Amino acid sequence: MLDIKNLHAKVGNQEILRGINLHVDAGEVHAIMGPNGSGKSTLAHVLAGRENYEVTSGEIIYQGKDLLAMSPEARAREGIFLAFQYPVEIPGVSTTYFLKAALNALRKHRGLEELDAMEFLALIKEKTKLVEMDQALINRPLNEGFSGGEKKRNEILQMSVLDPTLALLDETDSGLDIDALRIVARGVNALRREDRAMIVITHYQRLLDYIVPDFIHVLYNGRVVKSGTKELALELESKGYDWIKSEVASVH
Amino acid sequence: MLATEGKEQYLAAFDQARSTRQVKGPSWLDELREAGMASFEALGFPTTRNEAWKYTSVEPISSQSFVHANGEAKALNSSEILSRSFVDIESCRLVFVNGVYTPQLSRTENLPAGVQVQNLAETVQQNDGSLASQLGRYARHRHEPFVALNTAFMEDGAVVIVPPGCRVTTPVYLVFVSAALERQVISHPRVFILLGAASEAKIIESYVGVNSGSYFCNAVTELIGGADALIDHYRVQQEGDAGLHVGTLEADLQRGCQLTAHAVTLSGSLVRNNVHIVLNGEGAGCLLNGLYLADKRQHIDNFTEIEHVKPRASSLELYKGILSGSAHGVFNGKIIVHKDAQKSDARQTNKNLLLSENAVVNTKPQLEIYADDVKCSHGSTIGQLDTDALFYLRSRGLGLDEARSLLSFAFASDVVGRIRVDSLRQRLDDYMVAKFRKQRVS
Repeated sequence: MLDIKNLHAKVGNQEILRGINLHVDAGEVHAIMGPNGSGKSTLAHVLAGRENYEVTSGEIIYQGKDLLAMSPEARAREGIFLAFQYPVEIPGVSTTYFLKAALNALRKHRGLEELDAMEFLALIKEKTKLVEMDQALINRPLNEGFSGGEKKRNEILQMSVLDPTLALLDETDSGLDIDALRIVARGVNALRREDRAMIVITHYQRLLDYIVPDFIHVLYNGRVVKSGTKELALELESKGYDWIKSEVASVH
Repeated sequence: MLATEGKEQYLAAFDQARSTRQVKGPSWLDELREAGMASFEALGFPTTRNEAWKYTSVEPISSQSFVHANGEAKALNSSEILSRSFVDIESCRLVFVNGVYTPQLSRTENLPAGVQVQNLAETVQQNDGSLASQLGRYARHRHEPFVALNTAFMEDGAVVIVPPGCRVTTPVYLVFVSAALERQVISHPRVFILLGAASEAKIIESYVGVNSGSYFCNAVTELIGGADALIDHYRVQQEGDAGLHVGTLEADLQRGCQLTAHAVTLSGSLVRNNVHIVLNGEGAGCLLNGLYLADKRQHIDNFTEIEHVKPRASSLELYKGILSGSAHGVFNGKIIVHKDAQKSDARQTNKNLLLSENAVVNTKPQLEIYADDVKCSHGSTIGQLDTDALFYLRSRGLGLDEARSLLSFAFASDVVGRIRVDSLRQRLDDYMVAKFRKQRVS
């Protein structure tokens, strides 16, 4: 589904990704871990099409297409979804209004009928149950005044409504207490599917107790320095990131 | 044409109007007009050397000659006028075309007893006492050249008088239609609003241009709010592409009176809104909301002035502008706290969204505080659309244009949300959705 080959990207003059290689197949859940500043979030944003990152070399092939040639909205319409670490607050636009516009943009792209207000309300009512979100919240301005947990639940709600093929979760666990984390993880697990892939980015092993990945990759200094299965997360949990750093240092 | 020549033509027109006026009005009105003309003769048109007109040249007005339409062009499509002017079809309304009352488009049924909603020309003939004593008393023709002109040339307009304690629950619409003729027309509509103590009313003034020709609408509203009266006053402008508009609201609020005044400017070539509120009684309050949308080469200037005269009065002001194309927006927010106005609370905010590189905004707060125990704050911002928000929306599948229009709409939403006439708010919402959609194509 997704092939990242020798991806280099920079912000301003600073190179952040220095040759990422990653292969993700449908049905798989990949976790990307790594210390702060290793390039995890940059990778997520480059995948979603954020314009202030400049890709200097390498390529990303998504479902046989050149992802880097696509606008952010084209990527979304092709099934990519990024759950933000810091969801944006937009006063004056309700979640319902915004999400209906987004869903209909996707449906139009896929040659489906747009949903009318009644159909959409029925859909969103069902989906809010999944993340245990208050109905009143979705009629309020998007994320405005939401708690950290409410914002993250809203991200998962959007993900379930937009029904992506490739979901990117950027530090979805940050700022969540254990109850909120459980709710969010349950929402994510419910969305695991044979034809859908997920990339879960996290600093901590904690999230992976709830969302168990098929593969784990450790990112350091803009490269994948170690890959393995879920046992790798436990090793990182007990030993920290320092042993990875020294291992990388000894190789170079 | 030089500004002085521009002035000359008004002097000549005044003499002509005086000699040809068919219906003689009461003498106090003649005297008021004479005083207005004398003021204009002394003041002349303002220039950009005048601090209050620094960013707005009135040359498009002063350099052209206009004629009074005297009620021509009445053969207009009435349903178009009513829908364009956001009128709630069931509501009470007075409609004026090029400054002249048009009874066949108006409707004044179902008003509470004692409430007077009538056109000025007719009311003047009845020689109403409160009108005779108060018309022209608050609108400062000696200071404001365009008020002076309006005072000199006032023929028709609207009179709304609500007796003490009376609540008018349905909004009253005053619609001023400008329809350019073969020659460029001018109108000076005058509105007089008097709310008795503890009365309540919602009044909507709607200014619409129905074709693309040039004209000048110079409107003045005098509003007197009695003690503890509750007033919602809306001015919605949709002048034509070549329409010139100067609108002045002069309000005097007594003890405990609360005024909410909205100024919504959606179109017009050159628009200047003057708002002057005098908080003339203890605990009086005003809430000023403004929204201006400008594109192409439009010039929209909002000049607001709030005077805190008595103690414990409050003013809260929020003006927002969205400018695109080569539009020019101006906001000037003057707050004067007089020395007896202790415990005044004045807050002012002006926010501007620039959607293009060529759009310009000048924003200027002006605080003059002569009392020592007051709370005053002001802030202004000029910015572009938030790139984080744009990316967030696009990452969900909204196209760039749609994301931009959604964020523009969102920017204006808190001002629109403060409109307490549901049908008006809904119409304005619809208008903006359509406008921003259209903008992204061009």
